[in-house]
Amino acid sequence: MNHVPANIKAAKSRLIVIGNGMAGMRTVEEILNRAPDKYDITVFGAEPRVNYNRIMLSPLLSGEKNFDEIVINTPEWYRENNIHLYSGDPVVEIDRIRKVVISKSGTETEYDRLLLATGSDPIIIPVPGHKLSGVVTFRDVDDVDVMLGAAAKGGPAVVIGGGLLGLEAAVGLQARGMDVTVLHLAGHVMERQLDPSAGYLLAQELERRGITVITEADTAEIVGTETVTGVRLKDGRMIPADLVVMAVGIRPNGRLAADTGIAVERGIVVDDVMTTSDPAIFAVGECVQHRGQCYGLVAPLFEMAKSCADHLTEIETDGYAGSVTSTKLKVTGVDVFSAGDFSGGGNTEEIVFRDAGRGVYKRIVLEDGKIKGAVLYGDTTDGGWYFQLMKDGQDVTELRDTLAFGQAFAGGSAGNPLDAVAALPDDAEICGCNGVCKGSIVSAITEKGLTTLDEVKGHTKASASCGSCAGLVENLLAATLGGEYQAATVKPICTCTDHDHDSVRRLIIAKGLKSMPAIMQELEWKSSDGCHVCRPALNYYLLAAWPGEYVDHGASRFINERVHANIQKDGTYSVVPRMWGGLTNPRELRAIADVADKFDIPTVKVTGGQRIDLLGVKKEDLPAVWADLNAAGMVSGHAYGKSLRTVKTCVGQEWCRFGTQMSMSMGVELEKMTWGSWMPHKFKMAVSGCPRNCAEATIKDFGVVATDGGWDLHVGGNGGIHVRATELLCKVTTDEEVKEYCGAFIQLYREEARYLERTAPWIERVGLKHVQERVVDDAENRKALFDRFMISQQTAQKDPWAERASEGVDAHEFKPLSMVAAE
Amino acid sequence: MTNNLTWVEVGPAANIPQQGARTLQTQTDRIAIFRTLDDQIFALLDRCPHKQGPLAQGIVHGHFVTCPLHNMVFSLETGEAQGPDDGCAAKVECKVIDGMVRVGLTELQAGLRHAG
Ligand SMILES: Cc1cc2nc3c(=O)[nH]c(=O)nc-3n(C[C@H](O)[C@H](O)[C@H](O)COP(=O)(O)OP(=O)(O)OC[C@H]3O[C@@H](n4cnc5c(N)ncnc54)[C@H](O)[C@@H]3O)c2cc1C
Ligand code: HEM
Ligand code: SF4
Ligand code: SF4
Ligand code: FES
Repeated sequence: MNHVPANIKAAKSRLIVIGNGMAGMRTVEEILNRAPDKYDITVFGAEPRVNYNRIMLSPLLSGEKNFDEIVINTPEWYRENNIHLYSGDPVVEIDRIRKVVISKSGTETEYDRLLLATGSDPIIIPVPGHKLSGVVTFRDVDDVDVMLGAAAKGGPAVVIGGGLLGLEAAVGLQARGMDVTVLHLAGHVMERQLDPSAGYLLAQELERRGITVITEADTAEIVGTETVTGVRLKDGRMIPADLVVMAVGIRPNGRLAADTGIAVERGIVVDDVMTTSDPAIFAVGECVQHRGQCYGLVAPLFEMAKSCADHLTEIETDGYAGSVTSTKLKVTGVDVFSAGDFSGGGNTEEIVFRDAGRGVYKRIVLEDGKIKGAVLYGDTTDGGWYFQLMKDGQDVTELRDTLAFGQAFAGGSAGNPLDAVAALPDDAEICGCNGVCKGSIVSAITEKGLTTLDEVKGHTKASASCGSCAGLVENLLAATLGGEYQAATVKPICTCTDHDHDSVRRLIIAKGLKSMPAIMQELEWKSSDGCHVCRPALNYYLLAAWPGEYVDHGASRFINERVHANIQKDGTYSVVPRMWGGLTNPRELRAIADVADKFDIPTVKVTGGQRIDLLGVKKEDLPAVWADLNAAGMVSGHAYGKSLRTVKTCVGQEWCRFGTQMSMSMGVELEKMTWGSWMPHKFKMAVSGCPRNCAEATIKDFGVVATDGGWDLHVGGNGGIHVRATELLCKVTTDEEVKEYCGAFIQLYREEARYLERTAPWIERVGLKHVQERVVDDAENRKALFDRFMISQQTAQKDPWAERASEGVDAHEFKPLSMVAAE
Repeated sequence: MTNNLTWVEVGPAANIPQQGARTLQTQTDRIAIFRTLDDQIFALLDRCPHKQGPLAQGIVHGHFVTCPLHNMVFSLETGEAQGPDDGCAAKVECKVIDGMVRVGLTELQAGLRHAG
């Protein structure tokens, strides 16, 4: 062991810096600026190189920069400032009694003051296979070298973690010619910096660039024998990969400090002048915890470096007071900005601005008249301005109405959105779809005397396509006509939107919107995640529009459809198993009786829909009740759903002396064909074996009544508060026709009716003729409707009870999070 | 409510679904613990002031929950009913430390003292 005396001139204090990274060297620079001769400085760095700009690893990876361009402190700099640099030689121990540090190579060096700047470690999730060759993190130049080696061969790469680092790695690897998939655990990328709307836009942009983003992806295993070959998700999906980059977060590196007994919580605990629990030892950078806060960005550590340098050079200082941070994603061509706390809530109010045409989203959160946080996507020019207003704590009440338009606007005539459109130049484009500018709209309004949105649409085509500029056009009308303008009365779905049900349905198809955030962004929703009125509707519209593709969103369903049972007034549930066509048998009845006994079910009732209702089941018991019913061959009756309920039948020709057709078997066949389908509202059917109509088919949504030579098909009936008898749709002869007309009618209803509109009001609204034209007169269209129905049924006919009873779906619904035990 | 709350850890916040809720059964009642889309955690007594609806079963949107029985909307932050409705759902103190949810219980809820 060789002992190196650290100081040459005994008069100087000896300062040792552990960590040759951004925070450590910035502190050294700040010290040299203040008192170049105060310290004799020695630096230990684990990495075998000089200090470089770690932020620039992303452009280094993508090829936009080379290593020389990202070096901050050259070898000459160390030499000129008489700094001893031990690079590639990490410190392994600090002896606080003797005041020496011991490095891996065995060097012992004495200090008077010691500065810890050890940064942080990338988190490695300990899934099987995490040690395989080809699995890397993204933290230093060596990691980038491994990635570049893999990229040179091309092939598939997986990035685990869709945060800032993960996405930059993904874009870099993509630029280097790899086929990249990002796996992200949360529901949207960069969830810590972005809200779901901005996350959606970002994911869309990445997908456009050819990067696959899988959210809610939970990694089960990294697969391979020696080198990695793929990643398996917990849901069983397998994604091939020659390279796996883990970018799931960082952990402050406080190991050395903890080993030597310095206070370390999440990071090394420091005070406002960066002193640790040992007054001779200081810490800066990502390794510290200051006022309970750990940072992962450079801005805070540069501020720490200043306070620390002030203190170490005995300059009077207010100390470090913590940082407010902002984030930008460094991907060329993608503008994302976020700052502060944009979660909303409390006494906050939010200003949301969306411009679907330009792909812009801005959300600014205010509290007590001040900006508390902001998320910007697509147009980040005003990020700096908002950040400044936020840091200054400036009261923005005066600017509130036009804040979303940015600084340039605020400089002009502050006021309301009407002034904002008034201030737009004549050639400003209002309608992106049809390329209509403000000037032509205003002249059409004044010259042709237009007074309504529809008239403007008719004359100029503005807002006639996607409709997303309708709000702007209305503002223009109001600004041009003054008090004479009365806004049109479309009935929006709820206060979250200006769109009505029909336009939302149309736009979902027209614009290919396939997720809830997609709808909310593209159609300019005014709230961040909708409400109990619009979310269930959107969930249904998406299911209906994209069968087999859209993944049902449980959190957007009413409780009955979420837990597949009917909530009762006391919070217990009722369970109604399906009895096809109202038929049952001793085995099913025995199973029902056993279940009622076993789970102490207080009420067993025969329903109006010809089946048996078990009432008063405790929520926790539901999966076990279902398991027993499943075992006897029974499935969910969907008595709780906006879906097919029951098919009532009479005994028909099978038994009845009047019967002219087999109504029971027809009922069973119809129920087998249609069960499990989600609808705008509940849907009931019945089949009677002769015109005496004992099954009361003429108050059903779809009623079938046998005649001598065939069947009468009735539609649009309803029991309930407003009893409505059906109207005759048509007469058919064969059983096959009954099924085709039934499927086609249901599909038309599924595609056209508004959410929560039963068939009766729907048919009253559109007219029976409208339905007949599509289902009866046009054989080709009927066939197409029927085919679409059957395609949707392929994925819909899965028993939700079985999934929950034996496949563990939504297990969290049926268990309390915890119980408080008795003392 | 007493000032002396007993804080109990009830499990990881991650075990509560986003835009959803789970419950905590105490010695005297049930508490609904909500997780919003922006990953904040709130707690209310799982009893709607209208007709005792189980609020944990409602649709969670923004920082609100809609009661599953008759659609009253309550603020998760204050428990206050929104819009034209009157009423207030009882707010329960809770916080998240290192990803674990902790709930502040009264002595009765915690079973440290018995009623009557
Ligand atoms: C790819 C990438 C992109 C980033 N992009 C941004 C960005 O856009 N904006 C932003 O603000 N921030 C960004 N960051 C974060 C930023 O780089 C860090 O916040 C910053 O580098 C932290 O500085 P530090 O000195 O605390 O740690 P580091 O720069 O990591 O320095 C710590 C050094 O200490 C060394 N060390 C550790 N233990 C020992 C030991 N026992 N002995 C000797 N040496 C040791 C380490 O090897 C390391 O070199 C990015 C980070 C990465 C990895
Ligand atoms: C929350 C409200 C409601 C609940 C919980 C409820 C529950 C039920 C249940 C469990 C059945 C037995 C059905 C089956 O076997 O599948 C039923 C039948 C029925 N419900 Fe409701 N219902 C509700 C609202 C309504 C409304 C608003 C109407 C009227 C529009 C209505 C009309 C009917 C009719 C006509 C039947 C008999 C069906 C038949 O004979 O085939 N219900 N209801
Ligand atoms: S509808 Fe006709 S076939 Fe059916 S039970 Fe009544 S009388 Fe018999
Ligand atoms: S008639 Fe009224 S009380 Fe009876 S089940 Fe239907 S909704 Fe409930
Ligand atoms: S019980 Fe909650 S709204 Fe009626």
